[in-house]
Amino acid sequence: MSSLEIRDLSVNYEGSKGQSTLALSSVNLSIAPGEFVVALGASGCGKTTLLSCIAGFIQPSAGSILLDGKPVLGPGAERGVVFQKHALMPWLSVVENVEFGLRMRGVGRQARRAIALDKLRLVQLEKYANYPIYQISGGMQQRAGVARALASDPAVMLMDEPLGALDALTRARIQDLIVDLWWQTKKMFFFITHSVEEALFLATELIVMTPSPGRIAHRFKLDFSRQFIECRDSRAVKSSAPFIEMREKVLALIHEDSGAAHG
Amino acid sequence: MADPAMKSTKGYRIPGEGSSFAISVVTVITLLALWWAATHLGWIRDLFLPTPEKIVTAFIDAMRGDIQGGKPLSEHFMWSLIRVFSAFFFAVVTAVPIGVAMGVSRVMRGIFDPPIEFYRPLPPLAYLPLIVIWFGIDETAKIVLIYLACFAPLAMAARAGVKSVTIEQINAAYSMGASRWQVIWHVILPAALPEILTGMRIAIGFGWTTLVAAEMVAATEGLGQMVLNASNFLRTDIVIMGIVVIGVVAYLFDLLMRLAEQWLVPWKGRV
Repeated sequence: MSSLEIRDLSVNYEGSKGQSTLALSSVNLSIAPGEFVVALGASGCGKTTLLSCIAGFIQPSAGSILLDGKPVLGPGAERGVVFQKHALMPWLSVVENVEFGLRMRGVGRQARRAIALDKLRLVQLEKYANYPIYQISGGMQQRAGVARALASDPAVMLMDEPLGALDALTRARIQDLIVDLWWQTKKMFFFITHSVEEALFLATELIVMTPSPGRIAHRFKLDFSRQFIECRDSRAVKSSAPFIEMREKVLALIHEDSGAAHG
Repeated sequence: MADPAMKSTKGYRIPGEGSSFAISVVTVITLLALWWAATHLGWIRDLFLPTPEKIVTAFIDAMRGDIQGGKPLSEHFMWSLIRVFSAFFFAVVTAVPIGVAMGVSRVMRGIFDPPIEFYRPLPPLAYLPLIVIWFGIDETAKIVLIYLACFAPLAMAARAGVKSVTIEQINAAYSMGASRWQVIWHVILPAALPEILTGMRIAIGFGWTTLVAAEMVAATEGLGQMVLNASNFLRTDIVIMGIVVIGVVAYLFDLLMRLAEQWLVPWKGRV
């Protein structure tokens, strides 16, 4: 079980003409182990920058990130990442993609194949283990990406708008699957989206971000994903009165924030 | 079930879509027929363009060794093949690592870019004398000349191929615990493979075009030498036969490379 601590995190992008953009400004965040964190916001609010910092792809300009008390200094296998575009390797089959990280770290052929097949079973893709990447659908590719991130048994799952490019039906199904994975693995999930409904459904910790400069404007504790675990009916959860009420509240806040930014 | 008699729909397509094989067959047959007509109806004198039959005869004579120099075609063919493919092989094993290094390292790009970009547009015939002075008149000089012709397009292709990897693929590999070398070997190199294979096709083409130049100096065998020698005796039939042999071999090898492409990089253009 891992906790995440973000202290005074700022990221300043240097432009080519000397001008700089403050993508994140003094972000502070403390997350208890096992939470499902969702960062919600319009494009340009710094949510992908925040995830890239946690993943270690970007060195922050100031501040620090602690995972289990240890500072994040670069990318590492204890933080699994699922990307907006699947970022799978098309020269490898589905199962070879999932076992890629294990292979890089010298896990034996049979051991890593067993782990990979087990993760594919979790995302209901075991039948497609030997398919080439370019012959499976976009939804399957994203599920393969999730299985690949899980294969390293990371402490945190970082997901950068993984469902943004999928059709609504597939998207809803994979949302259910992700909640189940979170519940089964007890890992911390850090998920980025600009869909308010998706954010409310998944999050136990919702952070709403605003742009220029990127910062956390609001934070809510939610339990719609836990409700789904109990009732197994995502449409009932998403059409319940508290859900709709919360959705309107968050939408109003986002409008207010963007109005303030543009006014 | 669709009615087999029903016409299938035709929508707008990308310009140039569809198979061109049948049209190419017609083109080749038309060209051969024109050639036949031009030579048999006396439009062109025999010295400038012999009849197709004479080319076939020249081919059979050459197989028997019944041409100037007395060496059978198979021997000319083998020597040229050895020269072109050994040069191509050395070019692949050196240009691909250097090209990839140029793609992934600022320092390597800085070192190799000026010399490659300088010599790349030079005609091989221009530096042939230098190569002969430096490497002598035996096999080394010939292979070096063809090697240089193959090297530049291969290095360029490998360098450009590095750019086809996405930053997400690299970040994904790092976040699964891969090292820098593993990222280069297991992510960047396979991602660059489609362009490297295209570069190989272009490079071997340059190799064939440089063959005659390479065999101009002190060669007693080789297809290029055979053609040059025949031209000294105004044996147009052997010149054309030699050209056809080189063209056909180069084309067959290109077909082989295309098959290799389908087998090695089936994902090309599909992701």
